[in-house]
Amino acid sequence: MSKYKMHVLVCGGTGCRSSASDSLLENLKTEVEERNLEGEVQVLMTGCFGFCEKGPIVKIMPDNTFYTQVKPEDAREIIKEHIIKGRKVIRLLYENPETSEHITDSEKMGFYRKQIRIALRNCGFINPENIDEYISRDGYMALGKALTELTPESTIDIVKKSGLRGRGGAGFPTGLKWEFTSKSPGPEKYVVCNADEGDPGAFMDRSILEGDPHSVIESMAICGYCTSSNKGLVYIRAEYPLAIERLRIAIGQAREYGLLGENIFGTNFSFDIDLRYGAGAFVCGEETALIHSMEGQRGEPTVKPPFPSVAGYLAKPTTVNNVETYANIPPILLKEPGGFQQSEPKNRKVPKYSPWQEKSIMLD
Amino acid sequence: MTKVKSLADLKKLKDNLQGQLKLREKGLDAGSHVQIKVAMATCGIASGAKGVMDFLIEELDKRNIEAVVTQTGCMGYCYAEPTLEVTKPGEEPIVFGYVDIRKADEIIEKYIKNGELIDGIIPQNYETIQNK
Repeated sequence: MSKYKMHVLVCGGTGCRSSASDSLLENLKTEVEERNLEGEVQVLMTGCFGFCEKGPIVKIMPDNTFYTQVKPEDAREIIKEHIIKGRKVIRLLYENPETSEHITDSEKMGFYRKQIRIALRNCGFINPENIDEYISRDGYMALGKALTELTPESTIDIVKKSGLRGRGGAGFPTGLKWEFTSKSPGPEKYVVCNADEGDPGAFMDRSILEGDPHSVIESMAICGYCTSSNKGLVYIRAEYPLAIERLRIAIGQAREYGLLGENIFGTNFSFDIDLRYGAGAFVCGEETALIHSMEGQRGEPTVKPPFPSVAGYLAKPTTVNNVETYANIPPILLKEPGGFQQSEPKNRKVPKYSPWQEKSIMLD
Repeated sequence: MTKVKSLADLKKLKDNLQGQLKLREKGLDAGSHVQIKVAMATCGIASGAKGVMDFLIEELDKRNIEAVVTQTGCMGYCYAEPTLEVTKPGEEPIVFGYVDIRKADEIIEKYIKNGELIDGIIPQNYETIQNK
């Protein structure tokens, strides 16, 4: 057990990194080492906090202090004032634009107050490059539960009952999609993750892949179990180098732990994941075009039917889901059927996220 | 490296790792735990607040008491350092002065565990701008 008294979490998402959060992280580490505090203060990089407009973000725990727009040269002041003397650095705290009050606890900020984080549950909280932190937040429990306690049918049933709908935008019921593929005959089937996020201003897939890549890997394996496929493919745009890097690290760690590969959890289910890079064609986010692109053909949509669940990648039955859809799966399985039904109104006409502000519904 | 061969393996691994993130999880939910603020300004450090803080962190963990121990600046009671402020969930904060390790032990055993008040409480005799 670590004897750390304090954790300093620095955002390592693309938004904050482009405002020099990586040199901020280095500076914080150096300051901590110079004062021989490395045994007491843990400085680490996390995924995106979501508040990129005020990045780089630094969060200090357990004081629950949220610093915004921190520059690399502020590292010294944070360590000297906050970490050593226990005095908060007021000028770096978030200022409520209406009342000009400084807010330390991010949960009291207007931006975070109304949020319940399901898909983003671990973003900005864990180190995305450390599988242990994901596991200690119930990571891979849902996969373990599905493989050892549930049948593919009952797992699909839970997903159907949850009312989860495709988060890529079309909102097709996810459980139903899985059922279609599972009923398609054939020994060889594929699970595809659509990470070709290209809508202007939409970064939810990137946030998840950069902040919590294991949640996607775990769910793809669950989907593989439900549809009896052994091969997963992530189609990710090459413009997301950081997401690709973190995903690679995560896949490597999952293989090392035996959570991907042969006979997962001692069952006879085997599953592995590979990456495919998109060359930046917006249309390749459409599932038939995406499949053609993965096959090495021209990335152009074709008319459905046949649906990918019947004839997809290499004309084999294929389940294509969006990144965020996958990130929602583990909590659904762990929270028992219906656990999250509340957040998905039955008659929703608009998908949860859309790039247009006035139409986006984060939570009802 | 450990390979996860069964669900039991994963659960065991998770239990072993729990400590890693406890600090962060407690921070999010500080209101439902005992909160202890140790005054760690120059006056506090000079009187040994650091040792008391380390003692509290270790002992509370050993005695299975869920508490968030953080440090704060000078509270103005420099004559009575080391000082700490203890807030039990739903109760008013209480400030203790002259807290050495023996006193810290007494605070854990008597006040935190049983709610008994002990010697050395500094009555709050000021108002802050927030209370006005």
